[in-house]
Amino acid sequence: MELDLIKGMFETALTIRRFEEAAIDQYRQGRIYGYLHPYLGEEAIATGVISALRPDDYIVSTHRGHGHAIAKGHDIKLMLAELMGKESGYCHGRGGSMHVANLAQNNLGANGIVGGGIPLATGAGLAVKYKGGDQVVICFFGDGAINQGVFHESINLAAIYKLPVIFVVENNHYAVSTRIQDSTLIPNLSQRADGFGIPGISLDGNDAVVIHEEMVKVVARTRQVQGPTLVECKTYRHGGHHINDPGAYMPEEEMKYWKSKDPVLVLRKRLADEGVAEHELKEIEQRVEAKIEEAVAFAINSPEPSKEAFLAEISVL
Amino acid sequence: MAIIKYRKALNQALFEEMTRDPMVLCFGAGIAERGGSYKVTEGLLEQFGSKRVFDTPLSEASFVGMAGGAAIAGVKPVVEILFVDFTLLVMDQLINQIAKYNFMTGGQGKAPMVLRTQGGVGNGLAGQHSQSLEALFYHIPGLKLVMPATPYDAKGLLKASIRDDSPVLFIENKKLYLTEGEVPDGDYIVPLGKADVKRSGSDVTIITYSYMVLECLAAAKVLEEKGISVEVIDLRTLQPLDEESILQSLDKTGRLVVVHEAPVRGGIGGDIISTVLEKAFYSLEAPVKRIGGKNTTIPFNINLEKLCIPSVEDIVDGVMEVMNS
Repeated sequence: MELDLIKGMFETALTIRRFEEAAIDQYRQGRIYGYLHPYLGEEAIATGVISALRPDDYIVSTHRGHGHAIAKGHDIKLMLAELMGKESGYCHGRGGSMHVANLAQNNLGANGIVGGGIPLATGAGLAVKYKGGDQVVICFFGDGAINQGVFHESINLAAIYKLPVIFVVENNHYAVSTRIQDSTLIPNLSQRADGFGIPGISLDGNDAVVIHEEMVKVVARTRQVQGPTLVECKTYRHGGHHINDPGAYMPEEEMKYWKSKDPVLVLRKRLADEGVAEHELKEIEQRVEAKIEEAVAFAINSPEPSKEAFLAEISVL
Repeated sequence: MAIIKYRKALNQALFEEMTRDPMVLCFGAGIAERGGSYKVTEGLLEQFGSKRVFDTPLSEASFVGMAGGAAIAGVKPVVEILFVDFTLLVMDQLINQIAKYNFMTGGQGKAPMVLRTQGGVGNGLAGQHSQSLEALFYHIPGLKLVMPATPYDAKGLLKASIRDDSPVLFIENKKLYLTEGEVPDGDYIVPLGKADVKRSGSDVTIITYSYMVLECLAAAKVLEEKGISVEVIDLRTLQPLDEESILQSLDKTGRLVVVHEAPVRGGIGGDIISTVLEKAFYSLEAPVKRIGGKNTTIPFNINLEKLCIPSVEDIVDGVMEVMNS
């Protein structure tokens, strides 16, 4: 793999990491409110999957969706503004953290309902196929979603209609607080693919390079022959379900193990091992810090949505 | 101008819109080769092929969500759910996802799809195939709600719904499919959000929609013989609601009766009457009246079933009560 690509992936993963840390900081200061579900610890998945896509490919995201949006190339100033409910945010403060969407970059949106985006992603696949396009649709969801009815229904629909949808389950081992082994008997979630007659693979979800390399193959196959694939990426949250959940149910040893596989550090180490000089890595880190600072300032200084405009807008609904 | 059945009018609307716009697709359970239980999609598969007209597995939540996603990504699905009772399987997709999509994306995205279904009592279809659930959906911002009563309106409203930018829930009534009416040749639409005066009168206004329009017109004839002039307003679209037409008619008659097949409790009628009380209290010359279904699960037994929705006699009695007070 080209070194520049890995450098880019490191910058993306680090941007996600620093964005989430900045969002948590702003939340603690009261500028962000509501629910906030950090992607900390899962950065490799969005980074590895989306780096294998073309800009016109679609993604459908989840409540833990900031990472997907950043990897898709969204402007973090507009994202942070949305998290603060500002007019300059992607959804003009109508959506917030759980509903960031940017149709201009074919991100059909995050979702407040676990599994809720899976049928929508399937529909985007139907539209692509009907119009004769060769885009793929990435449908992200967590391990909690695999026991929703729409997971089963929608993958089956995508299978029988041979839709170009890649279902990516981010298995962080907890559905809020329920352990994955308490909600399914199978060790690899990709085994469920067998029941739909489609391919399934399970990957190390903390290694963006591995994910990227596998996804390049999956995406190419999807463009050519169409039909869905189920991809499991095994990973771990670096905290509780959301910002106000301390995650007391997550054993210390388990956390320690997964933090030793920190996806941002995995990328950094790979670059160092490939001979990238420390000062070059530092430059990337400084560039990311500067972008984050700029985004925070932009979001803080952005105006609130106009109450009058809102009331006028809803009077015609 | 031809006299055709309600189901044929819907079928013509689909044919014409699919011919006009190659992005219109039709799917649902048993709608392709079989042509749907009520024959509304008959012949579409032969005409437009299996890429545009296809059957789905019985996965209501997901195929409706798929319609929403496809609409967001640029096609115009018209999806069918055989009974309105089964829309309870799709509530998250319809209400949390599709209805809110335009709003929550800050106006970036649109989900212009039509969900066709049908409701109301039939002949002994019992509790899970006979409901009138429009009030559930009337409550939801972001969804348009259409309930046509005549072949003319059915065709024009379905065409307008397909051309609309919003998600539309289009609820037919199983007792209407074989009713007949005049439908003009050629293209026309009936705009969403416009009620229709189905019968002009001066003494009392009946606000109604869907199958009950027919019953109210029959009641109006009976009342005419009693010397009472009844105005029958067919809402046609519940969301957007044509308040102006309601208030205009009331201004003329001063008396108001609202009739629907759905249960009175928590129904559309209560909301219409509240609106009237807020906006036109002093136009009223008499107490208002709601006539609707009983607050019950629909029983199987056909004689008991008949008791559960308003009859012509119930409507006549209700109007007389308002006239005599």
